[in-house]
Amino acid sequence: MTATIALAGNPNSGKTTLFNALTGARQHVGNYPGVTVEKKQGSFVENGTRINIVDLPGTYSLTAYSLEEVVARDFLVKEKPAAVINIVDASNLERNLYLTLQFMELGVPLCVALNMVDVAESRGVKINIEKLGQMLDLPVLPTVARSGQGKKELIEAASHLIIGRKKPEPLLISYGEDIDNTLAEMVKRIEAGNFLTTTYPARWIALKYLENDQQILELGRETNAGLSQDLEKMAAWLADHFSKTLDTDPEAVIADHRYGYIKSILKQDVIKRNVRQDRLYLSDKIDRVVTNRFAGPLIMLAVIYGLYHFTFTYSEVPVGWVESLFGLLGGMAETHLPDGLFKSMIIAGVIDGVGGVLGFVPLIMFMFLGISLLEDSGYLARVAFMLDRVFRIFGLHGSSVMPFIVSGGIAGGCAVPGVMAARTLKSPKERLATLLTAPFMNCGAKLPVFALLVAAFFAEHEARIMLLITLTSWVGALLAAKLLRSTIIRGESTPFVMELPPYRFPTFRGLLIHTWERTWQYIKKAGTVILGISILLWAMMTFPGLPENQMAGFENQRQAILAASPATVVSEIESAGEETALSAEAEAVQDKLFAVDALESEDALRHSLAGRLGTSLEGISSLAGFDWRTNIALVGGFAAKEVVVSTLGTAYSLGEVDPEETGSLSERLAASPAWSPLTALSLIIFTIFYAPCFVAVVCIAREAGSWKWGVFSMVFNTTLAFGLAATVYQVGSMLNLMGG
Amino acid sequence: MKEINMREMKVNQSGIVSAVKVSGELGRRIRDMGLLPGTEIKIQGRAPLYDPVALRLMGFTLTLRNSEADYIDVKVED
Repeated sequence: MTATIALAGNPNSGKTTLFNALTGARQHVGNYPGVTVEKKQGSFVENGTRINIVDLPGTYSLTAYSLEEVVARDFLVKEKPAAVINIVDASNLERNLYLTLQFMELGVPLCVALNMVDVAESRGVKINIEKLGQMLDLPVLPTVARSGQGKKELIEAASHLIIGRKKPEPLLISYGEDIDNTLAEMVKRIEAGNFLTTTYPARWIALKYLENDQQILELGRETNAGLSQDLEKMAAWLADHFSKTLDTDPEAVIADHRYGYIKSILKQDVIKRNVRQDRLYLSDKIDRVVTNRFAGPLIMLAVIYGLYHFTFTYSEVPVGWVESLFGLLGGMAETHLPDGLFKSMIIAGVIDGVGGVLGFVPLIMFMFLGISLLEDSGYLARVAFMLDRVFRIFGLHGSSVMPFIVSGGIAGGCAVPGVMAARTLKSPKERLATLLTAPFMNCGAKLPVFALLVAAFFAEHEARIMLLITLTSWVGALLAAKLLRSTIIRGESTPFVMELPPYRFPTFRGLLIHTWERTWQYIKKAGTVILGISILLWAMMTFPGLPENQMAGFENQRQAILAASPATVVSEIESAGEETALSAEAEAVQDKLFAVDALESEDALRHSLAGRLGTSLEGISSLAGFDWRTNIALVGGFAAKEVVVSTLGTAYSLGEVDPEETGSLSERLAASPAWSPLTALSLIIFTIFYAPCFVAVVCIAREAGSWKWGVFSMVFNTTLAFGLAATVYQVGSMLNLMGG
Repeated sequence: MKEINMREMKVNQSGIVSAVKVSGELGRRIRDMGLLPGTEIKIQGRAPLYDPVALRLMGFTLTLRNSEADYIDVKVED
């Protein structure tokens, strides 16, 4: 036998901790169908019954205003779990019971886990659990989720509900004469028409009509347009009546009565407080310092910098392991596979692709570990609180700061974990705008491109230019967010109304589970797509190959060089391994051969699909000062931004250039007549803003829940980047700045 | 006792909510968190840029933007 239990409750009530305590590491993270809300499931066996636990999103209420709430109530109504455990924060009983009441009105089989009874007691709050259970007519079990205390009794209580299989009667709260009468009238009509009653309790449907709940209204109109219209009229009449006589609306009166109902329960000796309610707790004392006008921002800067340092510095070692492992694999393929297309695909497509996917794993793990630590401890809410005033100007939210920083707000980040960090943002519009603009930040892969161009053209002002680049990307990202929020993601800002949870020590186990689940999700879901695109990009830069006569031409050149050299030198070169030191004569011949190879690579690149694309775009791209070589490099940059450097190297027949050592390439650019400081500036601007690398695009699409947004980010960013670069180049040329 | 707008309240000042004059999503969110006529509140602090505001009610801390607090009237001691 299997049964499903849903776990529901307020955010910060210890729901996730309880879920971890119940399921251990046997959990699975996915999404609810069609939306980006996370769905966590786990299971255990109790008395021969396999119990499947679903962790519903944490909510304060059950309205239709947020995805989380709709998902939670849809699950309860449609999946009909055999039992619902409502976790309630004992130190914050009044507000937590507001949600409990709504579950009771929905008529779901409920038991209450009264969590953090230890914290409540230490705060001088004593709860008469038996009495509370009586008043609510529900099983109420005290728990301490952190230590697992009360877990066994809780499962037993839930098992009773499962075995009982008796659907409880929905709770009927009196909402005052006016509302009660209207509700009764509506219920009659609803029951007579069998209107949605197979899914929802009749009075609950009527209440939702009074609350103007868009989801139920739409469902009602689809089911029975006539009846729905009648109900809407009744609701409108009541709303009108309230606004005329009491200057209020039914929603307000309903909320009033719900809290009134809770207060009437708590008054009956359920709760005893030994201290004043507004007493300052340790948490408030910490806040006095941490959100202080002067100390607050300084501490925040230090914490943000610390997170950044933690993510990118400490992950360097494991990133190095991954890189050397794949370097080793590449080397093995290099020596053991026969030359040809297959080998090239395995190395450049598969090994580099898989290496690319896994190379991000340590970064993602460290980022999630750091962010979870800040989130679980309660500090992240303080960051949102302190920065909201600034970010709101641009249509964002205080929590947007973390994705921006991780993406490279401090130069050198990475948009892949950055985009994922936007998960902490609960406001949908602000979140989407953050997802789309965070990749403008200067990630570590863009830095070699900047370093190359700065070394070639602005060597004297290096520090100043780098600072300018960072400022440009921040200003650009914030203004672009404002643009998006006033056009395609237009709309009022989501209410900020947010709880500042008390500071808590995160549980180590919770942090590990959280981090691992999310990392695994990235490997599994994003990994396959990324591998596919990696092979596709390899093919674009390889096919079609050079025609045979051209290849033969290069081969002839090589043969001619060898023929012109003394026989001893030829045999020395042929027998030499990669590491062998050559004599000066042999070295000279070798260099000539490499020069031919490099010319061949350049021609092959130009001949490939990517090369043709680059050449055909020259007409437009020249507006921003880019020739076909730059274009190809930028196409390659879609794989990863540092590829711009190595591809430029190939295009300038220098062979593959190591992004870490660009001396020869920057000399070449500085000397080239096709380049000027203005061209470099234009390319820097383009690099800041153009399409994110495809790994980031895949993540944006996943986080936004639709490929539409992945495609949008490529088109929008590239258009914006080109517009800016072309403007700078054209205006610069006109003013004849910088010798352009 | 006089009635003032929540935005005008000072840090550490307490009062009793007298009216919440907004409907729709914002109104719903404010009420769901227990900010209703009759609820005792105390201003706990303000963000460094003076906005949002943090207040204490029913034993927990809630933050609101000033533009959201504008809809809430509070009775305070003179």
